Amino acid sequence: MLGDRQQLSYIAAQAADARLNLELETEGMTLNIGPQHPATHGTLRIIARLDGEQVVWAEPACGYMHRGYEKLAEVRTFPQVTSLINRIDWLGSFANEVPFILAAEKLMGVEAPTRAQYIRTILFELSRIANVSLFLGDLGVQLGAITPVFIAFRDREYVLNLIESATGGRFHPNFDRIGGLKDDLPAGWIDETRAVMKKLRGFCDQIEDLLFGNEIFQARTRGIGVIPRDVALQYGLSGANLRASGVDWDLRRDQSLPMMWDKADWKVWTHPDGDSFARCWIRLQETRESTKIVDQLLGSIPAGPVMAKVPKIIKVPEGEAWVSTENPLGEMGYYVVSRGDLGPFRVKIRSASFNNISITPWLLRGVYVPDIVTILASLYFILGDIDR
Amino acid sequence: MLLKPQSEGVRSLSSNSETATPVVDAKRDQVLAAVRDLLGEALVDSHFKPGDDIWIRVRNDAWQASIKKLRDALSFDYFCFLSVIDWMPSPYGRGEDDPTEPAPERDTVIRSGYAGGETRMQVFVRVVNSTTHVGLNIKADVVDSALVIDSLITVYAGANWHEREAHEMFGIDFAGHPDLRKMYLPIDFEGFPMRKDFPLLARMVKPWPGIVDVEPLPGDDEVDESSEGGAS
Repeated sequence: MLGDRQQLSYIAAQAADARLNLELETEGMTLNIGPQHPATHGTLRIIARLDGEQVVWAEPACGYMHRGYEKLAEVRTFPQVTSLINRIDWLGSFANEVPFILAAEKLMGVEAPTRAQYIRTILFELSRIANVSLFLGDLGVQLGAITPVFIAFRDREYVLNLIESATGGRFHPNFDRIGGLKDDLPAGWIDETRAVMKKLRGFCDQIEDLLFGNEIFQARTRGIGVIPRDVALQYGLSGANLRASGVDWDLRRDQSLPMMWDKADWKVWTHPDGDSFARCWIRLQETRESTKIVDQLLGSIPAGPVMAKVPKIIKVPEGEAWVSTENPLGEMGYYVVSRGDLGPFRVKIRSASFNNISITPWLLRGVYVPDIVTILASLYFILGDIDR
Repeated sequence: MLLKPQSEGVRSLSSNSETATPVVDAKRDQVLAAVRDLLGEALVDSHFKPGDDIWIRVRNDAWQASIKKLRDALSFDYFCFLSVIDWMPSPYGRGEDDPTEPAPERDTVIRSGYAGGETRMQVFVRVVNSTTHVGLNIKADVVDSALVIDSLITVYAGANWHEREAHEMFGIDFAGHPDLRKMYLPIDFEGFPMRKDFPLLARMVKPWPGIVDVEPLPGDDEVDESSEGGAS
């Protein structure tokens, strides 16, 4: 109800200001945000045409971090590609590797051993927690609250330590292999992970108390940046952004992959509002659900090998495969075309942020300048994930 | 153990497909039959992998119209991505040639993938039904003499950036697109980098160090096939 009322008053204010701008014949102004701006998480540049305090037209300028991974993947062998795609969404790197490896495995007809599938799923969810916890902390900074980001950095470190102790890399694990995983888990890892998951649930509660119940936070996010369901779908929004618009669709639940999400009891959250608040709230709930998934899977990891029998030189049979997973940022997929060679013939990388951010010209029209920052923060993008 | 249901209707659909044997895929079979009925003449070819995915190829001139029909009649309402494949094998291979040796003979035959094709360039798009979660890969040929196809921007607004990217990387024109500016490359950049005949310059100016790495290390008795994959 609060959301509705606020949205209506926001729209009324927008209309009144637009009329006033017309009457006053205010002169337009072009505002350039970025490429280096704290609100852009990297090097996204936004060019906004303003009339008074309102945005008439806004367009992000991408390409400051384009590294051409699709071209580079064509000159590499299949196992080499994972070191590239680690760097697409650098906060949740392990999650990037999984769909590519699954696509290669699908073409080869190989399936990882059950133990490897369990560990993959756990590491996947850990990278989601590491990624989204930073988002939850960063959210406060966009609104002038400094404290949450310190809490987030502190608690994210526990998860990164876990990822590091299992894979050897804090940010770029490069741990997933065609047919399984590079290594087994270190001793004592499972108990430590349980303790960290408990801490992270505490972190979620703390952020909810500090931020989501805050009146200023609600005033700045409720009813602002509303994306209706059909618009979200035709722009290809995915992940929390889509579920915040009321679409009940989670790729972890709604497709069959050789992963272990279906072995845990968890819930897919949706929100009917579609505003900035809904997107943030969905992510908070998802972090909680992730800790639950990890907790449940930890107890049931079977014994066995972590690597299937695959040839030393990996040649992937001719064919095409599409695999996408529900990554921290949304639907991340790889369309892999193989010609029976050592390397892929073509890899189309469908990254979540590219679609998620392509809605901004539509979404930012008519909003006020300070809301640009909160709307962008709530859409949540990683620059490497836009430009690839 | 099955998932805890949230909304019964949706969940039962997805869990059925998981328990079904991979050979029988009634859900996608029905979708493909419906697509065939709907598109008729416009559908050139199709490819169906049960339990995996559906690929169809439509006529170039019916590209926009058939995708609009699919969206309206079969509610493929979710736009996933749009891209292009250049089916010509690269004349440079994987850029691992020794520059002191003459370039090796390479296969130059253009072979298309699933659902066939007659041209070097193919535009393809993936759309998904957001209720049943069945996806559809749609391809269309683009002839070399006229690298142009209708824009999907009026069907899915999200196609805007994808078409801009395809335009700058492959040089395909999208008729009806209002604003085919470059997204990533400098404004004065010449050429289309994702085409197969565009060389990856980093691999051209300096030989790939992987060529050297295949030599066995001193004291490495085991010289086997694994050393060739050592670059991986």
